[in-house]
Amino acid sequence: MKTINILLFVLCSISLLHAQQTPAPKQQQSILITGATAHIGNGTIIENSAIGFREGKITYAGALSGVSAGDYDRVIDASGKHVYPGFIAVNSTLGLVEIDAVRASDDEGDIGDFLPHVRSIIAHNAESKVIETTRPNGILMAQITPRDGVISGTSSVVQLDAWNWEDAAIKTDDGIHLHWPKAFRLLRRRLTRLASYNPNKNYDKDIQEITDFFAGTKSYLNGNRKPKNLPFEAMEGLFDGSKKLYITANGEREITDAVNFAVDQGVKNIVIIGGNDAWKVADLLKKHQISVAITRSHRQPVSEDSDVKQPFKLARLLDEKGILTGLEMSGSQDRTSTRNLPFYAGTFVGYGLDREKAVQMITLNNAKILGIDHIAGSLETGKDATLFISEGDALDMRTNILSHAFIQGREISLETHQTKLWKRYMGKYEAQK
Amino acid sequence: MKKRLPSFLAVLLCSVSIYTQEYFPQNGGVKTTDNNYKAFTNATIYVTPDKVIEGGTLVIQRGKVVAVGKNVSIPDNSIITDLNGKYIYPSFIDIYSDFGAQKPKRRSSLGRKPQYEASRKGYYWNDHIMPEKETGNHFEFDNSDARELIKYGFGVVNTHIPDGIVRGTGMLVALDIANNYDNRILQQKSTQHLSFAKSIASIQRYPSSLMGAMALIRQLYRDAEWYAGGHSDYKDLSIEALLRNKTLPQIFETGGYQNDLRAAKIAKEFGLNYIFKGGIDEYQRIDKIKATGASFILPLNFPDAYDVSDPMLAQQIALSDMRLWNQAPGNPAAFAAQNIPFAFTLNGLKKHSEFKSKLKRAIDYGLDKTTALKALTTVPAQLLRQEELIGQLNKGSYANFLIASGDIFEPSTTLFENWVLGQRNVVNDMNIKDIRGEYTLSVAGKEYQLTIEGSIAKPTAKLQSGSTKLKTKISYDNGWAHLFFAPKESEGFTRLTTKVQNTDKLEGKAVTDGGAESRWTAVKQNPYANGKKKKSPSIPQQLPITYPNKAYGFAKLPEAKSVLFKNATVWTSEDAGVLENTDVLIKDGKIARIGKDLSASGAEVIDATGKHLTAGIIDEHSHIGTASVNESGHNSSAEVSIEDVVDADQINIFRDLTGGVTTLQILHGSANPIGGKSAIVKLKWGHTADELIYDNSPKFIKFALGENVKQSNWSTRPTVRFPQSRMGVEQVFIDYFQRAKEYAEVKKSGKPYRYDYEMETLVEILEGKRFISCHSYVQSEINMLMKVADKFGFTVNTFTHILEGYKVADKMKAHGVLGASTFSDWWGYKFEVNDAIPYNAAIMESQGLNVAINSDNSEMSRRLNQEAAKAVKYGGVSEEEAWKMVTINPAKMLHIDNRTGSIKEGKDADLVLWNDHPLSVYAVAEKTFIEGALYYDYEQVQKARQDIIREKNILIDQMLAAKNKGMQTQAPKRKVEQDLHCDTEFYGL
Repeated sequence: MKTINILLFVLCSISLLHAQQTPAPKQQQSILITGATAHIGNGTIIENSAIGFREGKITYAGALSGVSAGDYDRVIDASGKHVYPGFIAVNSTLGLVEIDAVRASDDEGDIGDFLPHVRSIIAHNAESKVIETTRPNGILMAQITPRDGVISGTSSVVQLDAWNWEDAAIKTDDGIHLHWPKAFRLLRRRLTRLASYNPNKNYDKDIQEITDFFAGTKSYLNGNRKPKNLPFEAMEGLFDGSKKLYITANGEREITDAVNFAVDQGVKNIVIIGGNDAWKVADLLKKHQISVAITRSHRQPVSEDSDVKQPFKLARLLDEKGILTGLEMSGSQDRTSTRNLPFYAGTFVGYGLDREKAVQMITLNNAKILGIDHIAGSLETGKDATLFISEGDALDMRTNILSHAFIQGREISLETHQTKLWKRYMGKYEAQK
Repeated sequence: MKKRLPSFLAVLLCSVSIYTQEYFPQNGGVKTTDNNYKAFTNATIYVTPDKVIEGGTLVIQRGKVVAVGKNVSIPDNSIITDLNGKYIYPSFIDIYSDFGAQKPKRRSSLGRKPQYEASRKGYYWNDHIMPEKETGNHFEFDNSDARELIKYGFGVVNTHIPDGIVRGTGMLVALDIANNYDNRILQQKSTQHLSFAKSIASIQRYPSSLMGAMALIRQLYRDAEWYAGGHSDYKDLSIEALLRNKTLPQIFETGGYQNDLRAAKIAKEFGLNYIFKGGIDEYQRIDKIKATGASFILPLNFPDAYDVSDPMLAQQIALSDMRLWNQAPGNPAAFAAQNIPFAFTLNGLKKHSEFKSKLKRAIDYGLDKTTALKALTTVPAQLLRQEELIGQLNKGSYANFLIASGDIFEPSTTLFENWVLGQRNVVNDMNIKDIRGEYTLSVAGKEYQLTIEGSIAKPTAKLQSGSTKLKTKISYDNGWAHLFFAPKESEGFTRLTTKVQNTDKLEGKAVTDGGAESRWTAVKQNPYANGKKKKSPSIPQQLPITYPNKAYGFAKLPEAKSVLFKNATVWTSEDAGVLENTDVLIKDGKIARIGKDLSASGAEVIDATGKHLTAGIIDEHSHIGTASVNESGHNSSAEVSIEDVVDADQINIFRDLTGGVTTLQILHGSANPIGGKSAIVKLKWGHTADELIYDNSPKFIKFALGENVKQSNWSTRPTVRFPQSRMGVEQVFIDYFQRAKEYAEVKKSGKPYRYDYEMETLVEILEGKRFISCHSYVQSEINMLMKVADKFGFTVNTFTHILEGYKVADKMKAHGVLGASTFSDWWGYKFEVNDAIPYNAAIMESQGLNVAINSDNSEMSRRLNQEAAKAVKYGGVSEEEAWKMVTINPAKMLHIDNRTGSIKEGKDADLVLWNDHPLSVYAVAEKTFIEGALYYDYEQVQKARQDIIREKNILIDQMLAAKNKGMQTQAPKRKVEQDLHCDTEFYGL
């Protein structure tokens, strides 16, 4: 009970400073966080650290002994606490759907197979109630990705404290998302819960359609481009490296085919999303310097015979092969699960992944995967001051308790409608006593 | 076709003269009667599989056997056939056929409103119950199918319409093509048929699940008793038929061992003897099958090998599927070894033509030929209670027999004739000359070595010129042999033809390249050496079965051991709290001692220094380990029980063990306000369903509220089932409880009453003997159910999900709710969970409620320790209390806290050893014990992984070998068990 009251007090005091969900104003005061264990995001930690930032940018990240507190307007003593770069949700649909079962609130995909021109950013609801629940767990940035179709559309990367999508965007139209055909198709049978994945007879044909679309794109781009073709235009960035190609592929065959395809097509930046079997084709991935954003660890193994712990071991297996590995968000309860991102990373640690590498997956690695590592993903001078202070280890449920969070130096609210309901009903019961 | 017609007509005409019934007028000629005998002499006669006469004689007259034996006198007016050492067998019986039965038309529910009521009047209230259906009324003798069956040795079939749950009566038919009259119908109503599958001809929703089908059958039997007692005011033609059919053999189609055991459970309850039409997997649990005491009808549809030539595809195939290919042909042999009576059926085979090869496979796998023959003759005859007339050749039985060149199960044996009711059907010409042997062929001035081998009727040929092998083909038909080959690649074919006269020297006409005609001869050098190359049957090495028979199954079931855990951090989940550096001794399945510096002779010592020992996790809300979840065919399904459909072999049970879970409540889903009864199980991987269920299990039932029961998210179509609003939900409860109250009053009064399973369950609730676990989200409906309970004088035991419990925690406490079982942090997936907050557990706990964290999800279930940890994060619950939320708290709300849920002397040794703080995200369960037996060991399972890979490799090699031999293969596939949730609809067959 005591803990609850303390927490209540902490949260109440924060909410006095910031009305819930009101985006924080620009950083006015320079801030120095002192004494914390700093998880840099690149696999290293600094004990007894100091992290300084002004005007939204990190100005100091190092030993406490190397900085003068007097240089900063405000000093936050975080001794015994932990500082992390803001966690990044890759391949997320935050703000595209509010309630899964309410169709009217669903904007995560459109009709058609090849929709590179469809852009997620303009549908992203920066005021989604789901978004505010992710921040108190340290998730401060996200890639907003359309879902359906073969090429589902173009994603953008946002920060999670904004009045609208325009303010939220930190990298607009960062990449195009291709769902590689599956070599196996699920066949359900009447009356039984047993189903089976059978070889997809159209696998080659499905790939041919993608090949044709890419061929069409290239010949269009080489020509006079008249009349304008919106889908082909949207593809242009893939070939000059300004846009990434995110390919969802999980099986050994699919990943192999997808990588060879994209390389043949001259795509400059390729990321594999999912990558359940990626460790089996590590050599190919390494050869082409392809990174992988693996599916969250909290999922079932793919088959009855699979190593039961396979989803928990995948990050370590890839790390051992030297693949740049991040963590993506798609899955059941796609959006409302976002707040569990640190715990997905933490679960890999129990099965052999180095603890700081688990942090790195959802910070610097995810930033590299999204191409935002020049401004985010680690506590390094010059980068955005998008970071948070946790009472303890932020990858562990018990200790992932945030006291402060900053996005671009702005101190954001950690209040949510859920904390409000909590306080409201605790207040009710207190009053009954 | 043109060619065939005249001979067919001839047979017809011929039969007319033989079988005209006495009182029928005859306008096609003079009236004749055939009283002649037919005698078959000098044969090896299988009178029964056990009674074989060498050099015997069989005498038949007017369709029946009149004498059989070694020294029988042959009447003067006999047509004698000297069989010259050939074999006579009783012809085969297929007891489970759909020969000639009209298939009902499938009625599609697509685009239709769901249908909850029956579409018939005057019959039982459920369309899928059709005991009144008689096969004879939907039957047309299928000549071409009959001919096909005759070819494979069948003489009699018991046919029925395989559709529905109670399917009506079967009919016993002789495959008498010659006769157009009704004496080929041996018995118009021979059997009654049942299954768990609904009729395809009706879209009436109930039952929508396997457990619903089981409940429906039970209720039908009870209703029939009531009806037979003369208590019904209404006429029910279905029940009347059911009562009439009671005396017939009852054949229950089950299709595999799990459903065998389910149907056996019903049989036991009602004192019935079902004959099971089983599957190909009974060998995996043959002792349990034996214990049913039932007879079986077994199909021969053993799976083809998978085409594993593509390694990436091959690795997708489940070990269990690969093993089934390797092991299933041994299923009949396993029955034989246990002396379980069984008959064979063609049912399940893709084509009748597979019969011989699949039967051969069963024999190669160790089924003895006598049992195989019994399974095709005497056993089906006995099961049909026609053993005097069919399935054997004693005097008085029908003259249904086969004439074969030798042992009927040998591939080289030729079936010559199949006699049905004394009528001959020629399969292969009995007088055919055996041309097999080695010859010197002379044609067009050249000599060749010719070898003719294979079967007499369908020989094959090999041809050699010097040492050069030449491709050749031979055909042999009606005494004419034709052979062609190309002497040189550059040349055209040489064609040879002859009418076989002398098998020592074949001679005939040759047509060589260019069309020149000449003569050829082939002089026999060596006779055919029968059985010269008798190879031992080529079957793959059979792999051992495990329990269950899939990856991670046990070769031997684990047993309770004495184990001493030394120096552990012990989370007692009791007032004792967390004990550091403590020893725990388990013995005979119980927790024997907790203390410091314990020692125990004979106990295995586990050094648990730095490790954490906890009670096994209990998941109050699970849907794994069951074949079906929802019976949504009615708005109340209190009559159904998950206990009927527990599936102990599901891999998710093992996966839960790896996460330290030892007990589950497997709940009915939330598709209706009053759901079904639960199963509370221990995850004793390797045991069968009944062994998982707690002894004297506390009784539970699932209730549900909100969007699921009012079908809000079921698309716009289902709008016909009451209730469609929360207002209606209350009325459903009041209605049912009111009726249950009245039912109980009638029952108590001693007046006759109709036993009603649904009402019985509800009365248990009213009497406090069965507890409710109610799926619940928003506060209004939570409050409502408590008020309904108050009105009827019972308490709601558990609210599960209870996502707005934090809003009415005080009211729940006041009502006396024993358990609030919630998700840690789920929300936002439906409109009604918009106000769900992760602080729910903490708030309810702070108000004195007994709170559990549950999963409702197979993935989450195996890491409930992490979910419990979230209660620490959200709302600051202490670690000790958080841990109780997945151990003793759910145990209390399930009324099993006297047995499990904490580490206390005397309780079941359901324990988990963790490598780290159990609430840590980094913790890994290293060992999971149930009742003192080690069911999961992380290290052992890492090794088992290697065994799986090795075994799959052996199987892949075997399958490649099979493919190489030209055996049929099927495309690889990866089997998945689809995840079941509260709102999933699966029938479960």
